[in-house]
Amino acid sequence: MMEKTENLLLITPERCIGCGTCELACSIGHEGEFRPAVSRITVHRFEAGVNIPMTCLQCDKPACVAACTTGALEKDTVTGLVNVNVPKCIGCRMCMMACPFGNVLYSMEEKQPLKCDQCSGKPMCAEFCPTNAIEYLPAETATIQRKKAFSAKIAAGIAEVEI
Amino acid sequence: MHGWMGTVLRVDLTAGAVKKEALKKDAAENYIGGRGLGEKYFTDEVDPKVDALSPANKLIFATGPLTGTMGISTGRYDVVTKGPLNDTLASSNSGGYFGAHVKYAGYDMIILEGKAAKPVYLWINNDTVELRDASRLWGKTVYETDDAVKAETDPDTEVACIGPAGEKIVKFACIMNDKHRAAGRTGVGAVMGSKNLKAIAVRGTRGIKVAERENFLATVRAGRKKISDNPVTSAGLPTYGSNILVNIINQSGALPTRNWREAYTEEADKISGETLTGAHLLRGKGCGSCVVGCGRVAKAKGKYNEVGEGPEYETAWAFGADCGIFDMDAVIKANFLCNELGMDTITLGSTIACAMELYEIGAVDQKKVGYDLRFGNADAMVALTRATAYREGFGNDLAEGSYRLATKYGHPELSMTVKKQEMPAYDPRAVQGIGLEYATSNRGGCHVRGYTISPEILGLPMKLDPSVTEGKPEILKIFQDLTGALSASGTCLFASFAIGADEIAAELKAATGVDYTAERIMEIGERIWNMERMFIIKNGYTGKDDTLPPRLLNDPIPTGPAKGKVSRLPEMLPKYYEIRGWDKNGVPKKEKLAELGLGHLA
Repeated sequence: MMEKTENLLLITPERCIGCGTCELACSIGHEGEFRPAVSRITVHRFEAGVNIPMTCLQCDKPACVAACTTGALEKDTVTGLVNVNVPKCIGCRMCMMACPFGNVLYSMEEKQPLKCDQCSGKPMCAEFCPTNAIEYLPAETATIQRKKAFSAKIAAGIAEVEI
Repeated sequence: MHGWMGTVLRVDLTAGAVKKEALKKDAAENYIGGRGLGEKYFTDEVDPKVDALSPANKLIFATGPLTGTMGISTGRYDVVTKGPLNDTLASSNSGGYFGAHVKYAGYDMIILEGKAAKPVYLWINNDTVELRDASRLWGKTVYETDDAVKAETDPDTEVACIGPAGEKIVKFACIMNDKHRAAGRTGVGAVMGSKNLKAIAVRGTRGIKVAERENFLATVRAGRKKISDNPVTSAGLPTYGSNILVNIINQSGALPTRNWREAYTEEADKISGETLTGAHLLRGKGCGSCVVGCGRVAKAKGKYNEVGEGPEYETAWAFGADCGIFDMDAVIKANFLCNELGMDTITLGSTIACAMELYEIGAVDQKKVGYDLRFGNADAMVALTRATAYREGFGNDLAEGSYRLATKYGHPELSMTVKKQEMPAYDPRAVQGIGLEYATSNRGGCHVRGYTISPEILGLPMKLDPSVTEGKPEILKIFQDLTGALSASGTCLFASFAIGADEIAAELKAATGVDYTAERIMEIGERIWNMERMFIIKNGYTGKDDTLPPRLLNDPIPTGPAKGKVSRLPEMLPKYYEIRGWDKNGVPKKEKLAELGLGHLA
């Protein structure tokens, strides 16, 4: 079993250039082919070049798990991941319905939910993202990172003010 | 198959029939894909003398085996056809996401033949392919068409289409995909318009298999390291876009200004990448599997107040310095209009610059043009950009390109073209090697067939003195051959600032399982080059056409760092022919063709 992860996937949409590399990395990792249609992470491209990568961020109180009546989806309290236990899955797709973000997909070919498993601790989307829009960071770093970035702006403003 | 999907989609627009064919494996291995394989199919199937705008011309959308994979910036595809601007074998390369989705739908190429009786669009939904009525789309802009086709098909569809310019057979109309990406040059959009084909919509949910997954990922990791260690691909292009070149080229005395009368301007920074990034840029953007992100999402401010994509360097130059215009908002607006209406920015900007010179010397007047068309008139430039797409007024003359325009008004020498196509934004008087590239490019004035600016100005992969001619034929041949293979693979030219034949070959080998080496893909590049050369020779082009406008050969640059220089093309051309294995008239020798497996073209 994988060791308890201290890391989080941190997505910073303003860095995303919309290249879709994360989808390719995810699908080659999980499906053995470059196939965005079955990627567990998807980039949504909007007008004016705004791009939003979307994937499961492993809720602590996962609605998909609550909706799963067979125990096929479970929250691993050690790793922090929401896992799919495929043999238990009956393909009801209630998990898709329950996830408010749409981050559980369903493979009609494999008859099972597709969701992020963080590649057992080495997420390929983060490894190959060319702009660090997707990072896999220690939880403390990840949660403090934006505070740091924003506080730097405030600091720059204060530094410019002469008393 | 690995890398390749193994299937070609053939659409007879006249009959309204669609069929699927197995990809020719030998041809695929020997021409790779994209420009190479598309041209191989084209030259096998189409009489070189075909009228570019007739139903007998074919239009091929060709991907490479790396297109749609996670290779190094491998989101590219080529449109292969005979281009109406200058009757050359057009291979216009484009990025975005469209090409990758052709692969995901299961196809390496789409071959379109004949002519539809009325406007249609092609809807490819994986295996299901149909021609649909496009009457209500005819006349719509690129943006409107893209939105309308998505609404009628599927929101995840990728669309390639023409705008009004393609419908009106503007000789340099583009095919636009993903709204803002252009298969830009030689008028491929006019061919699409001539076939009554408004758009191709593709939705693909399949995957691309590679032969050696771990090797592929290893080559990608190694290639990415080179990209991130290279200042051009890791900092210059992502930060400033290709427009970072305005100041660099101007400081080299090579920025063509006012229809190439000059090659240096004090005002260059007003249209530079630095200015764009500082005052107009919203964010960068990448094509599919891009590791660079040179695309610009920018705002034209002031009275234009519009957000769109661009400008690239060539565009900023064409509508900017070449027209004597140093108003970034106007330049951006003209770029947006070209995206929206579907026109090549290089040819249009250069054609307007030519018209401005015709106006200043009195060859056309205000009554004819409708504007006071002196150099620097930004409002007239923007207005004529729109008018050209619709062939309104003087725009009808501009829609023919500068060669026909300047000839019509009695001054063909003012058309800054090679083989009737407008040259891009580097003055060969200041950068000798690029002049040889312009003169010998198989589709006329073009910089992306052998981008010697990389060594001559940027110092990549080695620094060459731009003012000398020695060694330029040799380096140009290498660049031209490498670029052919690179385009055939589906890789972006900008990747080649950091990676070369070794990396492309390694990616291709891991993807396809074919034993590609650097040497083998360079030979394929040479094969592609000679195939294209034979095509244009059969269209009546000769060594006499491997030349530059007289201004560049005879008139020294008047000011700036390269003051006093002219292009010394005649010093380079014989050597170039020699190392190409061509005779003194520029015709490939039989032995060379045989050596490349092109004996049938002799």
